[in-house]
Formats: sequence, C-alpha cells, structure tokens
Amino acid sequence: MFKPLLFTALLLPAAAFAECEPVVVGDLSVSAPWSRATIGASRPAVFYVTITNSGSEDDALTNIASPVAGMPMLHETVVKDGIASMPHAMSIPVPAGETMRLAPGSYHGMLMDLTGAQKEGDSFPVTLSFQNGGDVTIDVPVLSLRAEEAECAAAP
Amino acid sequence: MRRRTLIGGLAGTVGAMGFMLGLGAWRSRPVADPKLPLPLSQMDWTLTDHLGATVQPQDWLNLPVMVFFGFTWCPDVCPTTLVDIESWLVELGPEADRLIVALITVDPERDTPEVLADYIGYFDPRMLALTGPAPEIAKAAEAFRVRYEKIPQDEGDYTMNHTAGVFLFRRGGSFAGIIDFHEDRRFAVPKIRRAME
Repeated sequence: MFKPLLFTALLLPAAAFAECEPVVVGDLSVSAPWSRATIGASRPAVFYVTITNSGSEDDALTNIASPVAGMPMLHETVVKDGIASMPHAMSIPVPAGETMRLAPGSYHGMLMDLTGAQKEGDSFPVTLSFQNGGDVTIDVPVLSLRAEEAECAAAP
Repeated sequence: MRRRTLIGGLAGTVGAMGFMLGLGAWRSRPVADPKLPLPLSQMDWTLTDHLGATVQPQDWLNLPVMVFFGFTWCPDVCPTTLVDIESWLVELGPEADRLIVALITVDPERDTPEVLADYIGYFDPRMLALTGPAPEIAKAAEAFRVRYEKIPQDEGDYTMNHTAGVFLFRRGGSFAGIIDFHEDRRFAVPKIRRAME
C-alpha cells in the first residue's frame, strides 16, 4: 500500500512537469494548452492556451492548424445584451510585454470537422501561427468535458 | 424596491401569517415588463426531456426552477455554463435536490432527446435537457424573452447565437432573477438561495 503510493507521489510531479513545459520560440512563450473531450466527431472541439509575449514588439496569433481538425478557426465569445455570439476572430492580439489567454467565455480555438472523437486523456498537436513570431507547435491534452481550466499552470 | 421593503416591514409587524399572505398576493400579480420572463404559470409550451417525458411549465410550479438555453454543438459557452451550474449545485449541497435544473435547446434540428441524453449524461444527473418541435422551442423562448439565431458557417455547418443567462424562478413559478454569463460566481449561489426561500 505504502510503496505504490510513494512511487506515484514521486512519479506524478515529474510527469506533470514534463508535460507542462511551455514552448518558447523567440519572445513568445506558449503554455497551459487544453481542450475538452467531445461527444463524437461531429461536434467541434475547443482549444485554449496562454501566450506570453516578453518582447518589445506587438505580435498576433493569426491562425491555428491541427491534423485532427479539417477546419480550425479562431473565435471570440462575445456576450452583448445578454446574447452570446461567437464571431470569427481574424487574429488575436498578443501585445508586447503582455499575456493573452484563450479561455472559456473569451477567445478560443474552434476545431471543426474533426477526424475523430477527442477522448479525455488523449492529446493532439496544434500549430499556432503568429504574425511575427512564426509557427509554434504544442501538444494539447484533452481534459474532461467538465474541465474548467488547464491542469498545467500558465508560464509567467 | 423601497416600496417592497416598506410593505414587507409593515406586514412583518402585523404578524408572520399576514406577511406571507401579503407577499404572496404581491408576487402573484402579473409581471408587466415585456423584457422579463413570464411567470411559469403563464407560459404555454410543451417540450420533451432527454428521457422522453413530456414537460410543460405547469409541471414545474412545485419547486424552484433554474433554466438556461443552449445547444450541444456549442464549444465554449454551453459547457462553461453547465460546469458553472454544477459548481453551484455542489455548493448548494443537498438543498439542490429540491431545485429543477433544465437546459432548453435552441437547436432542435440537431438536439433530439437521444442526443441530449448523451450530452447531459456527462453532467450532474439532476439536470434535465429539453427539446421539441421548432414552434414549441420558439414559444418557450418567447415566454422566457430569450433570443436565438442560426448563424450559417462554411460547408453547410452552422452555429447558434443565443441568450446566455440562467433564469431563476421561485416555487409557484414567479420570476426571481437572471444569472448573467460573466457574472461573478460568488453572487450566483446567494441568488439561487434567495429564489429557493
């Protein structure tokens, strides 16, 4: 009883740490990606992530791509007069020295035309294209349909 | 609001019984504001829940009720709302057992009872999910003062814009308030508790 527990305790933080490592390209740090499990393949999956721009030049996320989605798009949830809509975001600003979070109820990636259902515990790669910073690919863990936030802390 | 407090205060001095009667009469007056949901007792719609049972607003008069509109193809707002509601139910504890919680779809074309059962099964088992013929959904939305709109997307796909708030009704069906989508969750549970008093 004691030994497996100890083993798990030793193993877990190390594994979590490895998965939670931010992907750094130039001045951009991409961290805490996550998605929710989908029911079947016909519904869109969602993509959330945190992007920090530590440089002195503004950047913008202009596109996302993933082998699991035929039609990935950037969207923003806007609630106006109590009505929620999801306009397509042509690009998402990542100003110099600031952190932009794609998060529930705000900017998010919408992955349509999925190749298959995304199950909890799976992961898939997403490539983020930035106006100046080039492309960044990160592995996105699929969390429960009921998840509220990333399991990994966002990079500072 | 001040008038209501005054009425309540005066009635309170008369006696608990008088207070309850007075407040009951005050509350049962029809809501005149066309922007606010009708009392459940004045609504007229017939929908089907995810288990196949017929539901009408008059079935809900014995308990406090929490209703929101959404659709299962919705990637962001609806799962977020469902997860929020779950956290409120957890905070309410066993009290929440005497609360009716229902999602009404604005996308009956795709959200059949079977599809809803599949979806709502991932969330708190106390939640109901309702669908029905498009005209009945429209009648329900009208009664709740909910707006929704189909937004075509590429390749024949579509999404829905819809009112995102969560509606609260007291036992007896009078409208008690709305929890807005971006509202601080610390305010949500006290609002629900007040509706359940």
